[in-house]
Amino acid sequence: MDNHFEMGLDALRQKLLTMASHAETAVNQSLQALVQRDHDLALRVKENDRVIDQFEVEIDDLVIQLLTKAPLASNLRLVTVAMKISQNLERVGDEASKIAKRARDLSQEPPVKLNLDLPLMAGMALAMLKSSLDAFVNKDPIAARAIIPRDKEVDALNKQIHEILAQHMVAHPDTIGRCLNWMVACKSLERIADHAKNVAEEVVYLYEAQDIRHTANKSQPASPEAGA
Amino acid sequence: MATEPNNPTAALTVRGLTVFFGDRAAVKNVSIDITAKAVTAIIGPSGCGKSTFLRALNRMHELNPDARMEGQIHLFGDDIYSRTVESVTVRRRIGMVFQKSNPFPTMSIFENVTVGLRLNGLRDRKILAERTEESLHMAALWDEVKDRLNAPAVSLSGGQQQRLCIARALAVQPEVLLMDEPASALDPLATAKIEDLIVALKKDYTIVIVTHNMQQAARASDFTAFFYLGELVEFGPTTKIFTSPAQKRTEDYVTGRFG
Repeated sequence: MDNHFEMGLDALRQKLLTMASHAETAVNQSLQALVQRDHDLALRVKENDRVIDQFEVEIDDLVIQLLTKAPLASNLRLVTVAMKISQNLERVGDEASKIAKRARDLSQEPPVKLNLDLPLMAGMALAMLKSSLDAFVNKDPIAARAIIPRDKEVDALNKQIHEILAQHMVAHPDTIGRCLNWMVACKSLERIADHAKNVAEEVVYLYEAQDIRHTANKSQPASPEAGA
Repeated sequence: MATEPNNPTAALTVRGLTVFFGDRAAVKNVSIDITAKAVTAIIGPSGCGKSTFLRALNRMHELNPDARMEGQIHLFGDDIYSRTVESVTVRRRIGMVFQKSNPFPTMSIFENVTVGLRLNGLRDRKILAERTEESLHMAALWDEVKDRLNAPAVSLSGGQQQRLCIARALAVQPEVLLMDEPASALDPLATAKIEDLIVALKKDYTIVIVTHNMQQAARASDFTAFFYLGELVEFGPTTKIFTSPAQKRTEDYVTGRFG
């Protein structure tokens, strides 16, 4: 039924997806700036973070408006989940900004001769983010559940890169400052994967009405629910 | 809807309740346990049988000559439809407050509160006065009317009249209080007072409230039952019903997709 409230929910969904697209672009560009030593692009990413922040504010406003209409059941879950997803996306934007800041600093110094698989890690984190938002759009909690274990792979890669960087710093103390910048960028990618996992957990709650945060069994639905 | 028999926390145990008006079943094979000293809300679209169900809980439907029921209802183990039990006795134990406040217009505030007691033969002025004060306190009306107990009941505002009706129902010391949309004719402030009162009263009473206002059910009740086309579709803790109902029909109703 196309009523006024449904139109408000649609506007919320659309705004969230537009915000997600900005967040995704910010991560991609920050990584590009890092890998290609693109100082200007790094500055642009930092500048554009304001756009993502503004989306968070607008989504909160919309959520408050919708909550005054006292939504219930799946509508209530959608409104509260949208608020949490937007918060996670805002933090993804912040992480992209952090990467951009490190990219800006690193672009001003000689490159460190290291073969770090940051693009692979970025690809994994971004794929998780994209999949979690696809699960949101496609109302697919099973796909959302499948995303969650992938966070462990990103964590492992982060640890591996940290070890490489730590060894390099011991062997080449003159590169400590630059290696620390790489380490921070790497940690930001790991955090982006965490946020993607959070979004996936919210998608499961939205469509299965089951809170799987901080629980061991994240892969199986408890029982069929009306939900969606 | 499956419910555990002999539930020790249940004030009312309803099994296989069907209520007919002529040939038409307005309530169909409902089984439910109403938890003691808790608020149970009955929700559902108009004509779903929720008011009929409520009225069957204290045999009020018997006032309609076309009505008949099948099934069993026990109040703390006592069969309220037993041939040896009179409906008046049942209604003393299970009181009712209606949608529209209905104080007796020719009676004072005091007389309205005590009318049930006097009908039961109580004449002692001191006890009547004590019971009036106690009931008006419980109905959160005492402070507003204590200096004008002999004023006509109809001189009170709509919200006050409704609380007076609640005081009147409480005066006979029932075990269960049934409320049929008790706040639907009141403004938000008077509604809030009734809701606060409902929550306060559950300390001592079992309350069943029929409401069209789902936010009211969400605010004031512990359990919610959703009726549709005479059937009990879903029953459970209010939080569960309003955040993650198990049945699609409940979901569709509470999200405004039908009804």
